[in-house]
Amino acid sequence: MILTLNGKQESIDRPLSLDALVAAKELCPDKIVVEHNFSIVSKEDWPKIMLKDQDMIEIVSFVGGG
Amino acid sequence: MEDLLALGGRSIKSRLLIGTGKFPSYPLMQKALEVAQPGIVTVALRRVDLGSQADNILEYVPKSCILMSNTSGARNADEAVRIARLAKAGGQGNWIKIEVIQDNKYLLPDNLETLKAVEILAKEGFIVLPYMSPDLSMAKRMVDAGAAAVMPLGSPIGSNRGVKTRELVEILAREIKAPVIVDAGLGSPSDACECMEMGCAAVLVNTAIAIARDPVTMARAFKEAVSAGRAAYLAGLASAGSGASASSPLTGFLRDETR
Repeated sequence: MILTLNGKQESIDRPLSLDALVAAKELCPDKIVVEHNFSIVSKEDWPKIMLKDQDMIEIVSFVGGG
Repeated sequence: MEDLLALGGRSIKSRLLIGTGKFPSYPLMQKALEVAQPGIVTVALRRVDLGSQADNILEYVPKSCILMSNTSGARNADEAVRIARLAKAGGQGNWIKIEVIQDNKYLLPDNLETLKAVEILAKEGFIVLPYMSPDLSMAKRMVDAGAAAVMPLGSPIGSNRGVKTRELVEILAREIKAPVIVDAGLGSPSDACECMEMGCAAVLVNTAIAIARDPVTMARAFKEAVSAGRAAYLAGLASAGSGASASSPLTGFLRDETR
């Protein structure tokens, strides 16, 4: 399947849940916010979301800003 | 009685707000924040860099500061609302600085889209502070729509040119019931002091502190300038006159008045 992750296409060759994706990217769950197809998904719900072809995922975090 | 800033249901000790962009390092930013003790600290929200393990900025912000995300990057109300919701989901409270910009040259805000975002987010329970061009009608509409404060710009973001909008900001400070917080363009402590002397409730400073040769000392200078300006406003500034008015008595001179 092809995902769009933070605006870039990514090919995944196995079934993957949202929390597995976060783990595979070595991201700290407490520092990020995840949006799946324009809906914010809380950390507790990540395991319940199985990713599908053409899904859009945004992973964001806080940075310096004025 | 202690002079506190009543904003968003809180009583805030410091009338200096500090933005966290452009600092040379997070540890240096942390020192500057510890010295200046700002009431509110702003951050931005961005896509994570999947290639690198970035440090978490929140660990460098003193716990005593209210954290407020901005919606920078938003080009319209919908994008600002989306960023605000993501920021809230980040678990740092519901304070949001609305920033909607389509003009990439001067980074001037879009007041109309900003107002739309204020309406939506205030209804959702956010404490909303819109960054805006200093227009009295729009500022009133922002407050009517639920803005906790208005944040007129002094001059373009990052320009360090001071309060070029002074006449208009002064009108807001006089007429708007909510706190008026000058945001953007303040380049020196005297600019911040000027805003406070004219009756603004607070100022937000980022670039001028972050890119100073010594950000920690500059942060202290801004803190002192804000305090001085606020004290001067509360004390009641003497009005300016066109002629002279002697400070010393005009009698008892050591001269012969008969000649």
